[in-house]
Amino acid sequence: MAVASISVKETPLVLYALRRADDALILGHRLSEWCGHAPMLEEDMALANMALDLIGQSRELYSYAGKVEDAGNDEDRLAYLRDVRQYRNVLLVEQPNGDFAHTIIRQFLYSAFADLYWREMMSSSDATLAAIAAKSEKETAYHLRHSSEWVIRLGDGTDESNRRAQDALEDLWAFTGELFHVDDAERSLIAEGVVIDPERLRSAWTATINDVVQTATLMVPARDWMQKGGRSGNHSEHLGHLLSELQSLQRSFPGATW
Amino acid sequence: MVIAADQDRDLRAAAWTAAAQVVDPEIPVLTIADLGVLRKIAVVDGRVEVTITPTYSGCPAMNMIALEIELALAREGIAKPVITTVLSPAWTTDWMSDEGRRKLKDYGIAPPQPGGGRRALFGEQQVACPQCGSTDTEVLSEFGSTSCKALWRCKSCREPFDYFKCH
Ligand SMILES: [Zn+2]
Repeated sequence: MAVASISVKETPLVLYALRRADDALILGHRLSEWCGHAPMLEEDMALANMALDLIGQSRELYSYAGKVEDAGNDEDRLAYLRDVRQYRNVLLVEQPNGDFAHTIIRQFLYSAFADLYWREMMSSSDATLAAIAAKSEKETAYHLRHSSEWVIRLGDGTDESNRRAQDALEDLWAFTGELFHVDDAERSLIAEGVVIDPERLRSAWTATINDVVQTATLMVPARDWMQKGGRSGNHSEHLGHLLSELQSLQRSFPGATW
Repeated sequence: MVIAADQDRDLRAAAWTAAAQVVDPEIPVLTIADLGVLRKIAVVDGRVEVTITPTYSGCPAMNMIALEIELALAREGIAKPVITTVLSPAWTTDWMSDEGRRKLKDYGIAPPQPGGGRRALFGEQQVACPQCGSTDTEVLSEFGSTSCKALWRCKSCREPFDYFKCH
């Protein structure tokens, strides 16, 4: 009864757009899980707003991936009809919400990267990607500011909030390396000036992280072993559960609309 | 040729007048022309082409706005317009008309500061209370009831208010 997954011809540009779209969709979906559950009403709205921004960014990127692939896959098919192994997001964004500290630390680590990333991508030689970057960087700047303020508030708050924020940082740290990972497909786009080399952002990202983490009286984890796999479809078990919820309607009722 | 050009011009003007009256479903005192969401109207081979741009990537009002434009044009006898959404150049609150800013303030929403962008975002912000005009105000939440607004409070008159944030 359930609809089969589609197959996607992943040229470097299609793969690139899917990776960035998947990052935004999965993180947006995670944030949307807080709707109605956040610690206070203002934060409930903030998390839902950020989710909306991210899902909006993913829609533009999916639409572009579908257009470049030119095989009849639109944003909905790409989001709803790919299997977990076909998802290309970094492992960081699929990590469960955990407690509020985990959600905030995850958002902070991602936004500190995405803020720099989209700003630099505004100079892409690809007009569509440059336009998506220009919209995304404005939104991401707010996400970074909001999550940074919370990191400081949690770290420099009570003993318990400090402990939870530090625990979250320790748990999620190993997933940050993948933000900078590039493979041959992406390297070919970097060489053409279509996308930027994330390595260029590493020192600025590290400076932002150090600055906020120190202000928060937290400690940057000393470990430098990094986990990766999401970009090539090797995910943690968490993503499968997330997708089964995200995709259930379209899988059971193909083409259903509101 | 001249007559055809005149017809196109009249059609374009009529289409603009109709489309410019469509309001933002989330802030109904503002038209899409006030907001700068309505970018361009052209007539190509006798067909009206409308270009709009979203305020935020995830703005849920865009589908509604496109539908409202189609209805507004249909009421003027203009059938089947092509409505295109463009992302570039990226929308900014600087495009909001002075008329739009005045209407927002009268509606109780503090208008975005002109020439805003990143400087206003990360610099000092001074937002005047739309009720009493006091600048003794504080932010309650960066994110308000819609993507484009933040929640503030006036310390003089104690009223909370929405601020249309710089973007
Ligand atoms: Zn006041």
